[in-house]
Amino acid sequence: MSTATIEQTDAHLDDGPPPDARDRFYGLLPELVAADPRVAVVLAEIGASYLDPEKVAPVRDRVINLGIREQLLISTAGGLALAGLRPIVHTFAPFLLERPYEQVKLDLGHQDVGAVLVSAGGSYGWPAGGETHFGQRDVALLDTLSGWTVHVPGHADEAEEMLRDALRRDDRIYIRLDGLSNAAPGPVDGRMSVLRRGSRGTVVAVGPMADRTLAAVDGLDVTVLYASTVRPFDAGTLRRTLGAPDVVLVEPYLRDTSTAEVSRALGGIRHRTLGLGVGPDELRRYGTREQHDAAHGIDVEGIRRSVIDFLHP
Amino acid sequence: MTTTRRPYDDLAGLMTRMTGDEKHDHSATSTLDVLWVLYDRVLRIDPRAPDDPDRDRFLLSKGHGPMAYYAVLAAAGFLDDAQLDTFGEWDSRLGHHPDRVLVPGVEIGSGSLGHGLGLAVGTALGLRATGRDARTVVLVGDAELDEGSNIEAVQYAGRAGLDRLSAVVIDNASASQGWPGGIAARFAVEGWSTTDVDGRDHDALYRAFTSDPPGDRPHAVVAHVEPKES
Repeated sequence: MSTATIEQTDAHLDDGPPPDARDRFYGLLPELVAADPRVAVVLAEIGASYLDPEKVAPVRDRVINLGIREQLLISTAGGLALAGLRPIVHTFAPFLLERPYEQVKLDLGHQDVGAVLVSAGGSYGWPAGGETHFGQRDVALLDTLSGWTVHVPGHADEAEEMLRDALRRDDRIYIRLDGLSNAAPGPVDGRMSVLRRGSRGTVVAVGPMADRTLAAVDGLDVTVLYASTVRPFDAGTLRRTLGAPDVVLVEPYLRDTSTAEVSRALGGIRHRTLGLGVGPDELRRYGTREQHDAAHGIDVEGIRRSVIDFLHP
Repeated sequence: MTTTRRPYDDLAGLMTRMTGDEKHDHSATSTLDVLWVLYDRVLRIDPRAPDDPDRDRFLLSKGHGPMAYYAVLAAAGFLDDAQLDTFGEWDSRLGHHPDRVLVPGVEIGSGSLGHGLGLAVGTALGLRATGRDARTVVLVGDAELDEGSNIEAVQYAGRAGLDRLSAVVIDNASASQGWPGGIAARFAVEGWSTTDVDGRDHDALYRAFTSDPPGDRPHAVVAHVEPKES
Protein backbone atom coordinates (compact mmCIF):
# COMPACT_ATOMS: atom_id res chain seq x y z
CA MET A 1 0.00 0.00 0.00
CA SER A 2 1.33 3.42 -0.87
CA THR A 3 1.92 6.17 1.65
CA ALA A 4 -0.75 8.26 -0.05
CA THR A 5 -3.30 5.59 0.64
CA ILE A 6 -2.25 5.45 4.26
CA GLU A 7 -2.65 9.19 4.68
CA GLN A 8 -6.01 8.99 3.00
CA THR A 9 -7.05 6.29 5.44
CA ASP A 10 -6.01 8.43 8.38
CA ALA A 11 -7.83 11.48 7.02
CA HIS A 12 -11.06 9.54 6.83
CA LEU A 13 -10.74 7.92 10.22
CA ASP A 14 -14.11 9.17 11.39
CA ASP A 15 -15.90 7.78 8.38
CA GLY A 16 -14.33 4.42 7.74
CA PRO A 17 -12.79 1.46 9.50
CA PRO A 18 -9.83 1.97 11.85
CA PRO A 19 -6.41 2.16 10.19
CA ASP A 20 -4.60 -1.08 9.45
CA ALA A 21 -1.60 -1.58 11.73
CA ARG A 22 0.48 -3.24 9.04
CA ASP A 23 -0.08 -0.39 6.57
CA ARG A 24 0.85 2.05 9.30
CA PHE A 25 4.01 0.06 10.02
CA TYR A 26 5.16 0.04 6.40
CA GLY A 27 4.41 3.74 6.08
CA LEU A 28 6.44 4.57 9.18
CA LEU A 29 9.50 2.43 8.54
CA PRO A 30 11.48 4.71 6.20
CA GLU A 31 11.08 7.75 8.43
CA LEU A 32 11.97 5.79 11.57
CA VAL A 33 15.17 4.58 9.91
CA ALA A 34 15.98 8.07 8.66
CA ALA A 35 15.36 9.64 12.05
CA ASP A 36 17.78 7.43 14.00
CA PRO A 37 21.13 6.21 12.65
CA ARG A 38 20.93 3.28 15.05
CA VAL A 39 17.82 1.79 13.49
CA ALA A 40 17.95 -0.88 10.79
CA VAL A 41 15.16 -2.86 9.14
CA VAL A 42 15.68 -6.50 8.21
CA LEU A 43 13.24 -8.19 5.85
CA ALA A 44 12.91 -11.56 4.16
CA GLU A 45 10.95 -10.36 1.12
CA ILE A 46 7.68 -9.99 3.03
CA GLY A 47 6.82 -6.30 3.12
CA ALA A 48 9.75 -5.16 1.00
CA SER A 49 7.54 -4.15 -1.92
CA TYR A 50 5.32 -2.07 0.35
CA LEU A 51 8.07 0.33 1.36
CA ASP A 52 8.20 3.61 -0.52
CA PRO A 53 11.36 3.29 -2.67
CA GLU A 54 11.99 7.04 -2.72
CA LYS A 55 11.95 7.26 1.05
CA VAL A 56 14.08 4.13 1.41
CA ALA A 57 16.76 5.30 -1.04
CA PRO A 58 18.62 7.61 1.39
CA VAL A 59 18.77 4.91 4.08
CA ARG A 60 19.31 1.90 1.86
CA ASP A 61 22.26 0.68 3.96
CA ARG A 62 19.89 0.16 6.84
CA VAL A 63 16.92 -1.32 5.01
CA ILE A 64 18.07 -4.85 4.30
CA ASN A 65 16.08 -7.39 2.32
CA LEU A 66 17.78 -10.76 2.68
CA GLY A 67 15.52 -12.69 0.36
CA ILE A 68 13.52 -15.63 1.61
CA ARG A 69 16.01 -16.60 4.29
CA GLU A 70 14.40 -16.56 7.70
CA GLN A 71 17.22 -18.18 9.63
CA LEU A 72 19.50 -15.50 8.27
CA LEU A 73 16.82 -12.91 9.09
CA ILE A 74 17.21 -13.43 12.80
CA SER A 75 20.97 -14.10 12.75
CA THR A 76 21.50 -10.88 10.82
CA ALA A 77 19.46 -9.00 13.38
CA GLY A 78 21.66 -10.48 16.08
CA GLY A 79 24.79 -9.40 14.22
CA LEU A 80 23.45 -5.90 13.65
CA ALA A 81 22.69 -5.62 17.35
CA LEU A 82 26.21 -6.83 18.19
CA ALA A 83 27.49 -4.01 15.97
CA GLY A 84 25.46 -1.51 17.97
CA LEU A 85 22.38 -1.12 15.80
CA ARG A 86 18.72 -1.48 16.71
CA PRO A 87 17.19 -3.94 14.24
CA ILE A 88 13.51 -4.10 13.37
CA VAL A 89 12.73 -7.55 11.97
CA HIS A 90 9.53 -8.27 10.11
CA THR A 91 7.66 -11.08 8.46
CA PHE A 92 4.62 -13.28 9.16
CA ALA A 93 4.64 -14.84 12.61
CA PRO A 94 5.37 -18.46 11.63
CA PHE A 95 8.39 -17.40 9.60
CA LEU A 96 9.54 -14.92 12.23
CA LEU A 97 9.36 -17.20 15.24
CA GLU A 98 8.73 -20.81 14.32
CA ARG A 99 11.10 -21.50 11.45
CA PRO A 100 14.06 -19.67 13.03
CA TYR A 101 13.21 -20.47 16.63
CA GLU A 102 16.73 -21.53 17.50
CA GLN A 103 18.09 -18.32 16.01
CA VAL A 104 15.66 -16.34 18.18
CA LYS A 105 16.84 -18.31 21.19
CA LEU A 106 20.57 -18.18 20.50
CA ASP A 107 21.34 -15.30 18.13
CA LEU A 108 19.29 -12.83 20.17
CA GLY A 109 18.70 -14.33 23.62
CA HIS A 110 21.94 -16.19 24.23
CA GLN A 111 23.99 -13.36 22.70
CA ASP A 112 22.20 -11.07 25.16
CA VAL A 113 21.26 -8.57 22.46
CA GLY A 114 17.97 -6.97 21.58
CA ALA A 115 15.76 -6.58 18.54
CA VAL A 116 12.26 -5.47 17.67
CA LEU A 117 10.38 -8.32 16.04
CA VAL A 118 7.22 -7.21 14.26
CA SER A 119 4.90 -9.85 12.85
CA ALA A 120 1.88 -9.49 10.61
CA GLY A 121 -1.20 -11.50 9.93
CA GLY A 122 -2.24 -12.34 13.47
CA SER A 123 -3.49 -15.87 14.00
CA TYR A 124 -5.35 -16.28 10.71
CA GLY A 125 -5.32 -12.94 8.97
CA TRP A 126 -5.29 -14.79 5.66
CA PRO A 127 -7.74 -17.62 6.32
CA ALA A 128 -7.62 -18.95 2.80
CA GLY A 129 -3.86 -19.26 3.14
CA GLY A 130 -4.30 -22.08 5.60
CA GLU A 131 -2.13 -23.62 8.27
CA THR A 132 1.25 -22.68 6.80
CA HIS A 133 0.53 -19.00 7.40
CA PHE A 134 -1.35 -19.23 10.70
CA GLY A 135 0.46 -17.61 13.59
CA GLN A 136 -1.44 -18.41 16.77
CA ARG A 137 1.50 -20.12 18.49
CA ASP A 138 3.71 -17.04 18.54
CA VAL A 139 3.25 -15.73 22.07
CA ALA A 140 3.29 -19.22 23.59
CA LEU A 141 6.53 -19.94 21.76
CA LEU A 142 8.16 -16.75 23.04
CA ASP A 143 7.05 -17.79 26.52
CA THR A 144 9.64 -20.56 26.35
CA LEU A 145 12.30 -17.84 26.25
CA SER A 146 13.09 -15.15 28.77
CA GLY A 147 13.48 -11.42 28.55
CA TRP A 148 10.87 -10.70 25.91
CA THR A 149 8.35 -7.89 26.04
CA VAL A 150 5.26 -8.86 24.06
CA HIS A 151 2.94 -6.18 22.72
CA VAL A 152 -0.43 -7.10 21.23
CA PRO A 153 -1.75 -3.77 19.99
CA GLY A 154 -5.46 -3.49 19.42
CA HIS A 155 -5.19 -0.45 17.17
CA ALA A 156 -2.70 1.03 14.71
CA ASP A 157 -2.10 4.04 16.98
CA GLU A 158 -1.10 1.69 19.79
CA ALA A 159 1.20 -0.21 17.46
CA GLU A 160 2.89 3.02 16.36
CA GLU A 161 3.47 4.16 19.91
CA MET A 162 4.83 0.75 20.89
CA LEU A 163 7.17 0.75 17.91
CA ARG A 164 8.50 4.22 18.64
CA ASP A 165 9.05 3.27 22.27
CA ALA A 166 10.75 0.01 21.30
CA LEU A 167 13.30 1.89 19.20
CA ARG A 168 14.33 3.94 22.22
CA ARG A 169 15.15 0.77 24.11
CA ASP A 170 17.73 -2.00 23.75
CA ASP A 171 15.90 -5.12 24.80
CA ARG A 172 13.95 -7.86 23.04
CA ILE A 173 10.49 -6.79 21.97
CA TYR A 174 7.79 -8.51 19.97
CA ILE A 175 5.00 -6.48 18.41
CA ARG A 176 2.17 -8.63 17.13
CA LEU A 177 0.30 -6.98 14.27
CA ASP A 178 -3.13 -8.19 13.25
CA GLY A 179 -5.58 -7.06 10.61
CA LEU A 180 -8.09 -6.84 13.44
CA SER A 181 -8.59 -3.56 15.24
CA ASN A 182 -10.71 -2.03 17.94
CA ALA A 183 -12.56 1.15 16.98
CA ALA A 184 -10.40 3.35 19.21
CA PRO A 185 -6.91 3.04 20.67
CA GLY A 186 -6.29 2.26 24.33
CA PRO A 187 -3.38 3.06 26.63
CA VAL A 188 0.01 1.48 25.89
CA ASP A 189 1.87 1.99 29.15
CA GLY A 190 2.32 -1.73 29.74
CA ARG A 191 -0.48 -1.77 32.30
CA MET A 192 -3.92 -3.27 31.97
CA SER A 193 -6.67 -0.69 31.96
CA VAL A 194 -10.16 -1.06 33.40
CA LEU A 195 -12.82 -0.92 30.67
CA ARG A 196 -15.69 -1.56 33.06
CA ARG A 197 -16.27 -2.84 36.57
CA GLY A 198 -18.49 -5.66 37.89
CA SER A 199 -18.67 -8.04 40.82
CA ARG A 200 -18.92 -11.58 39.45
CA GLY A 201 -15.46 -11.97 38.00
CA THR A 202 -12.89 -10.48 35.63
CA VAL A 203 -12.58 -10.81 31.88
CA VAL A 204 -9.17 -9.88 30.47
CA ALA A 205 -9.41 -8.83 26.82
CA VAL A 206 -6.12 -8.82 24.94
CA GLY A 207 -5.44 -6.38 22.08
CA PRO A 208 -7.94 -6.59 19.23
CA MET A 209 -10.34 -8.70 21.33
CA ALA A 210 -11.43 -5.69 23.39
CA ASP A 211 -14.40 -4.42 21.40
CA ARG A 212 -15.94 -7.83 20.88
CA THR A 213 -15.37 -8.77 24.51
CA LEU A 214 -17.21 -5.65 25.67
CA ALA A 215 -20.04 -6.51 23.31
CA ALA A 216 -20.07 -10.09 24.57
CA VAL A 217 -20.45 -9.16 28.24
CA ASP A 218 -23.01 -6.44 27.63
CA GLY A 219 -25.40 -6.45 30.60
CA LEU A 220 -23.29 -8.94 32.58
CA ASP A 221 -21.93 -8.06 36.03
CA VAL A 222 -18.22 -8.49 35.29
CA THR A 223 -15.05 -6.44 35.28
CA VAL A 224 -13.32 -6.09 31.94
CA LEU A 225 -9.60 -5.33 31.77
CA TYR A 226 -7.78 -4.41 28.58
CA ALA A 227 -4.21 -5.60 27.99
CA SER A 228 -2.20 -4.41 24.98
CA THR A 229 1.05 -5.65 26.54
CA VAL A 230 0.99 -9.23 27.79
CA ARG A 231 4.64 -9.81 28.71
CA PRO A 232 5.50 -8.81 31.27
CA PHE A 233 2.02 -9.68 32.46
CA ASP A 234 0.49 -6.96 34.61
CA ALA A 235 -0.29 -9.09 37.64
CA GLY A 236 -0.56 -6.00 39.84
CA THR A 237 -3.60 -4.54 38.12
CA LEU A 238 -5.29 -7.93 37.96
CA ARG A 239 -4.86 -8.43 41.71
CA ARG A 240 -5.75 -4.83 42.58
CA THR A 241 -9.00 -4.86 40.62
CA LEU A 242 -9.95 -8.42 41.48
CA GLY A 243 -13.41 -8.94 42.96
CA ALA A 244 -14.61 -12.52 42.70
CA PRO A 245 -11.41 -14.53 42.06
CA ASP A 246 -12.62 -15.92 38.75
CA VAL A 247 -10.79 -14.84 35.61
CA VAL A 248 -11.54 -15.30 31.93
CA LEU A 249 -8.76 -14.62 29.43
CA VAL A 250 -9.76 -13.64 25.90
CA GLU A 251 -6.64 -13.87 23.75
CA PRO A 252 -6.39 -13.62 19.95
CA TYR A 253 -3.79 -16.39 19.81
CA LEU A 254 -3.37 -19.90 21.20
CA ARG A 255 -5.88 -20.62 23.97
CA ASP A 256 -4.43 -20.64 27.51
CA THR A 257 -1.23 -18.88 26.47
CA SER A 258 -1.51 -16.60 29.52
CA THR A 259 -3.25 -18.99 31.88
CA ALA A 260 0.03 -19.67 33.66
CA GLU A 261 0.49 -15.93 34.13
CA VAL A 262 -2.90 -15.67 35.80
CA SER A 263 -1.98 -18.65 37.95
CA ARG A 264 1.21 -16.92 39.05
CA ALA A 265 -0.57 -13.60 39.57
CA LEU A 266 -3.17 -15.19 41.83
CA GLY A 267 -0.92 -17.86 43.28
CA GLY A 268 -1.82 -17.14 46.88
CA ILE A 269 -5.54 -16.93 46.22
CA ARG A 270 -8.02 -19.75 45.69
CA HIS A 271 -9.19 -18.93 42.17
CA ARG A 272 -10.51 -20.26 38.87
CA THR A 273 -9.34 -19.42 35.36
CA LEU A 274 -10.85 -19.96 31.92
CA GLY A 275 -8.73 -19.43 28.84
CA LEU A 276 -10.36 -18.48 25.55
CA GLY A 277 -8.47 -18.19 22.30
CA VAL A 278 -7.48 -20.16 19.24
CA GLY A 279 -7.81 -23.90 19.84
CA PRO A 280 -4.85 -26.24 19.46
CA ASP A 281 -6.26 -28.48 16.74
CA GLU A 282 -5.62 -27.91 13.06
CA LEU A 283 -9.07 -27.28 11.57
CA ARG A 284 -8.08 -27.65 7.90
CA ARG A 285 -10.59 -24.94 7.07
CA TYR A 286 -10.24 -21.81 4.95
CA GLY A 287 -13.15 -19.38 4.62
CA THR A 288 -13.19 -16.12 6.52
CA ARG A 289 -11.68 -14.82 9.72
CA GLU A 290 -15.17 -14.60 11.17
CA GLN A 291 -15.72 -18.29 10.51
CA HIS A 292 -12.49 -19.14 12.30
CA ASP A 293 -13.43 -16.90 15.23
CA ALA A 294 -16.74 -18.74 15.54
CA ALA A 295 -15.08 -22.14 15.25
CA HIS A 296 -12.71 -21.27 18.09
CA GLY A 297 -15.45 -19.70 20.19
CA ILE A 298 -13.97 -16.23 20.21
CA ASP A 299 -16.66 -14.41 18.29
CA VAL A 300 -19.08 -12.29 20.33
CA GLU A 301 -21.54 -15.13 20.81
CA GLY A 302 -18.89 -17.66 21.75
CA ILE A 303 -17.26 -15.38 24.30
CA ARG A 304 -20.65 -14.53 25.83
CA ARG A 305 -21.62 -18.18 26.07
CA SER A 306 -18.33 -19.14 27.73
CA VAL A 307 -18.38 -16.23 30.18
CA ILE A 308 -21.96 -17.02 31.26
CA ASP A 309 -21.19 -20.74 31.66
CA PHE A 310 -18.08 -20.05 33.71
CA LEU A 311 -18.99 -17.04 35.83
CA HIS A 312 -22.80 -17.24 36.05
CA PRO A 313 -22.88 -13.46 36.07
CA MET B 1 48.75 -5.26 14.70
CA THR B 2 50.55 -7.63 17.02
CA THR B 3 48.72 -8.01 20.27
CA THR B 4 49.95 -11.29 21.64
CA ARG B 5 52.19 -11.12 24.64
CA ARG B 6 53.63 -14.58 24.40
CA PRO B 7 55.07 -16.90 21.76
CA TYR B 8 53.33 -19.69 19.92
CA ASP B 9 55.31 -22.26 21.88
CA ASP B 10 53.40 -21.27 25.02
CA LEU B 11 50.07 -22.42 23.61
CA ALA B 12 50.57 -26.13 24.22
CA GLY B 13 51.27 -25.49 27.88
CA LEU B 14 48.23 -23.23 28.18
CA MET B 15 46.04 -25.88 26.60
CA THR B 16 47.14 -28.57 29.00
CA ARG B 17 45.75 -26.45 31.86
CA MET B 18 42.27 -27.23 30.54
CA THR B 19 40.98 -30.74 31.01
CA GLY B 20 37.66 -32.52 30.86
CA ASP B 21 36.84 -32.06 27.19
CA GLU B 22 38.94 -34.79 25.61
CA LYS B 23 36.26 -35.73 23.11
CA HIS B 24 36.88 -32.44 21.37
CA ASP B 25 40.66 -32.67 21.32
CA HIS B 26 40.99 -32.99 17.58
CA SER B 27 38.65 -30.18 16.68
CA ALA B 28 40.35 -27.99 19.24
CA THR B 29 43.78 -28.42 17.78
CA SER B 30 42.58 -28.17 14.20
CA THR B 31 41.88 -24.50 14.82
CA LEU B 32 45.04 -23.71 16.74
CA ASP B 33 47.25 -22.31 13.99
CA VAL B 34 44.52 -20.29 12.33
CA LEU B 35 43.57 -18.74 15.67
CA TRP B 36 47.18 -17.99 16.44
CA VAL B 37 47.85 -16.23 13.15
CA LEU B 38 44.64 -14.21 13.41
CA TYR B 39 45.29 -12.99 16.93
CA ASP B 40 49.04 -12.60 16.52
CA ARG B 41 49.23 -10.88 13.15
CA VAL B 42 45.88 -10.11 11.54
CA LEU B 43 43.14 -8.85 13.82
CA ARG B 44 43.07 -5.24 14.97
CA ILE B 45 42.11 -5.83 18.58
CA ASP B 46 43.37 -4.69 21.95
CA PRO B 47 42.64 -6.49 25.22
CA ARG B 48 42.82 -3.12 26.97
CA ALA B 49 39.87 -1.89 24.86
CA PRO B 50 37.77 -4.98 24.16
CA ASP B 51 34.67 -2.89 23.38
CA ASP B 52 36.30 -0.48 20.94
CA PRO B 53 33.64 -0.03 18.23
CA ASP B 54 36.36 0.04 15.57
CA ARG B 55 37.92 -3.26 16.63
CA ASP B 56 37.97 -6.14 14.20
CA ARG B 57 35.42 -8.81 15.06
CA PHE B 58 36.38 -12.45 15.31
CA LEU B 59 33.41 -14.79 15.58
CA LEU B 60 34.13 -18.39 16.54
CA SER B 61 31.15 -20.15 15.04
CA LYS B 62 32.56 -23.62 15.67
CA GLY B 63 32.36 -23.33 19.44
CA HIS B 64 33.18 -26.97 20.06
CA GLY B 65 36.53 -27.75 21.64
CA PRO B 66 37.45 -24.17 22.53
CA MET B 67 40.71 -24.95 24.34
CA ALA B 68 42.83 -23.57 21.52
CA TYR B 69 40.64 -20.45 21.48
CA TYR B 70 40.99 -19.90 25.21
CA ALA B 71 44.71 -20.52 25.04
CA VAL B 72 45.10 -17.94 22.29
CA LEU B 73 42.91 -15.47 24.19
CA ALA B 74 45.15 -15.98 27.22
CA ALA B 75 48.25 -15.48 25.13
CA ALA B 76 46.71 -12.34 23.68
CA GLY B 77 45.97 -10.92 27.11
CA PHE B 78 42.20 -11.32 27.28
CA LEU B 79 42.36 -14.03 29.96
CA ASP B 80 44.60 -14.78 32.92
CA ASP B 81 46.34 -18.13 32.72
CA ALA B 82 44.83 -19.12 36.07
CA GLN B 83 41.35 -18.89 34.58
CA LEU B 84 42.24 -21.76 32.26
CA ASP B 85 42.49 -24.06 35.26
CA THR B 86 38.78 -23.56 35.97
CA PHE B 87 37.67 -24.84 32.54
CA GLY B 88 34.11 -26.18 32.76
CA GLU B 89 33.69 -25.60 36.50
CA TRP B 90 30.56 -24.14 38.09
CA ASP B 91 31.84 -20.63 38.57
CA SER B 92 34.24 -20.55 35.62
CA ARG B 93 33.92 -18.12 32.75
CA LEU B 94 35.20 -20.83 30.44
CA GLY B 95 32.64 -23.40 29.34
CA HIS B 96 33.12 -26.21 26.87
CA HIS B 97 31.40 -23.82 24.49
CA PRO B 98 32.34 -20.14 24.77
CA ASP B 99 29.90 -17.50 26.03
CA ARG B 100 30.35 -13.88 24.97
CA VAL B 101 28.63 -12.64 28.10
CA LEU B 102 31.20 -14.36 30.30
CA VAL B 103 34.52 -14.20 28.43
CA PRO B 104 36.25 -10.90 27.60
CA GLY B 105 37.15 -10.70 23.94
CA VAL B 106 34.67 -13.35 22.87
CA GLU B 107 32.29 -11.80 20.33
CA ILE B 108 29.59 -14.50 20.19
CA GLY B 109 28.40 -17.35 22.32
CA SER B 110 28.58 -20.49 20.20
CA GLY B 111 28.28 -24.25 20.34
CA SER B 112 25.16 -24.89 18.33
CA LEU B 113 26.50 -25.06 14.79
CA GLY B 114 25.45 -22.87 11.91
CA HIS B 115 24.92 -19.56 13.69
CA GLY B 116 28.20 -17.72 13.33
CA LEU B 117 28.11 -16.98 9.61
CA GLY B 118 24.68 -15.37 9.88
CA LEU B 119 25.73 -13.34 12.89
CA ALA B 120 28.84 -12.32 10.97
CA VAL B 121 26.74 -11.14 8.03
CA GLY B 122 24.70 -8.96 10.37
CA THR B 123 27.83 -7.67 12.07
CA ALA B 124 29.45 -6.82 8.74
CA LEU B 125 26.28 -5.09 7.55
CA GLY B 126 26.12 -3.11 10.77
CA LEU B 127 29.75 -2.04 10.59
CA ARG B 128 29.31 -1.03 6.97
CA ALA B 129 26.13 0.92 7.69
CA THR B 130 27.86 2.85 10.46
CA GLY B 131 30.86 3.66 8.28
CA ARG B 132 33.42 1.58 10.15
CA ASP B 133 36.07 -0.29 8.19
CA ALA B 134 36.61 -2.97 10.83
CA ARG B 135 36.88 -6.54 9.56
CA THR B 136 34.57 -9.36 10.51
CA VAL B 137 36.21 -12.79 10.48
CA VAL B 138 34.18 -15.89 11.23
CA LEU B 139 35.59 -19.38 11.76
CA VAL B 140 33.52 -22.39 10.76
CA GLY B 141 34.27 -26.08 10.43
CA ASP B 142 33.82 -28.17 7.28
CA ALA B 143 31.20 -30.36 8.96
CA GLU B 144 29.46 -27.27 10.30
CA LEU B 145 28.77 -26.26 6.71
CA ASP B 146 26.27 -29.14 6.63
CA GLU B 147 23.88 -26.80 8.49
CA GLY B 148 21.64 -25.16 5.91
CA SER B 149 21.70 -21.84 7.71
CA ASN B 150 25.26 -21.34 6.48
CA ILE B 151 24.14 -21.49 2.90
CA GLU B 152 21.71 -18.61 3.43
CA ALA B 153 24.59 -16.54 4.79
CA VAL B 154 27.04 -17.53 2.05
CA GLN B 155 24.51 -16.65 -0.64
CA TYR B 156 23.54 -13.30 0.81
CA ALA B 157 27.06 -12.16 1.70
CA GLY B 158 28.10 -12.69 -1.90
CA ARG B 159 25.16 -10.71 -3.30
CA ALA B 160 25.66 -7.94 -0.79
CA GLY B 161 29.36 -7.60 -1.60
CA LEU B 162 30.44 -7.71 2.03
CA ASP B 163 34.10 -7.06 1.29
CA ARG B 164 35.05 -6.65 4.97
CA LEU B 165 33.76 -10.12 5.78
CA SER B 166 36.03 -13.17 5.80
CA ALA B 167 35.10 -16.74 6.54
CA VAL B 168 37.79 -19.22 7.45
CA VAL B 169 36.77 -22.83 7.06
CA ILE B 170 38.83 -25.34 8.96
CA ASP B 171 38.74 -28.37 6.68
CA ASN B 172 39.73 -31.49 8.55
CA ALA B 173 37.46 -33.63 6.37
CA SER B 174 35.06 -34.28 9.21
CA ALA B 175 31.82 -33.91 7.23
CA SER B 176 30.30 -37.38 6.81
CA GLN B 177 29.17 -36.79 3.25
CA GLY B 178 32.06 -34.51 2.33
CA TRP B 179 32.12 -31.62 -0.11
CA PRO B 180 32.65 -32.93 -3.65
CA GLY B 181 34.68 -30.45 -5.65
CA GLY B 182 36.02 -28.84 -2.51
CA ILE B 183 34.66 -26.25 -0.13
CA ALA B 184 36.09 -23.19 -1.85
CA ALA B 185 34.01 -23.87 -4.95
CA ARG B 186 30.82 -23.53 -2.87
CA PHE B 187 31.81 -20.05 -1.83
CA ALA B 188 33.18 -19.06 -5.22
CA VAL B 189 29.97 -19.84 -7.05
CA GLU B 190 28.18 -17.47 -4.67
CA GLY B 191 30.52 -14.62 -5.47
CA TRP B 192 33.21 -14.94 -2.82
CA SER B 193 36.92 -14.75 -3.48
CA THR B 194 38.56 -17.88 -2.15
CA THR B 195 41.94 -19.18 -1.07
CA ASP B 196 42.92 -22.72 -0.24
CA VAL B 197 45.79 -22.84 2.19
CA ASP B 198 47.72 -25.17 4.46
CA GLY B 199 46.07 -24.60 7.81
CA ARG B 200 49.34 -25.26 9.64
CA ASP B 201 51.49 -22.83 7.62
CA HIS B 202 51.55 -19.53 9.46
CA ASP B 203 52.98 -17.44 6.66
CA ALA B 204 50.56 -18.91 4.13
CA LEU B 205 47.65 -18.22 6.47
CA TYR B 206 48.84 -14.67 7.00
CA ARG B 207 48.99 -14.08 3.27
CA ALA B 208 45.54 -15.61 2.82
CA PHE B 209 44.05 -13.21 5.34
CA THR B 210 45.88 -10.09 4.25
CA SER B 211 46.28 -10.26 0.49
CA ASP B 212 43.72 -7.88 -0.89
CA PRO B 213 41.19 -9.91 -2.87
CA PRO B 214 39.87 -8.27 -6.03
CA GLY B 215 36.48 -6.60 -6.15
CA ASP B 216 33.82 -5.96 -3.56
CA ARG B 217 33.57 -9.53 -2.44
CA PRO B 218 33.66 -11.41 0.83
CA HIS B 219 36.65 -13.67 1.21
CA ALA B 220 36.76 -17.34 2.12
CA VAL B 221 39.92 -18.98 3.39
CA VAL B 222 39.78 -22.76 3.38
CA ALA B 223 42.40 -23.93 5.84
CA HIS B 224 43.25 -27.59 5.23
CA VAL B 225 44.53 -29.58 8.17
CA GLU B 226 45.05 -33.27 8.79
CA PRO B 227 41.81 -35.30 8.62
CA LYS B 228 39.98 -35.82 11.85
CA GLU B 229 40.59 -39.29 13.25
CA SER B 230 37.30 -41.09 13.61
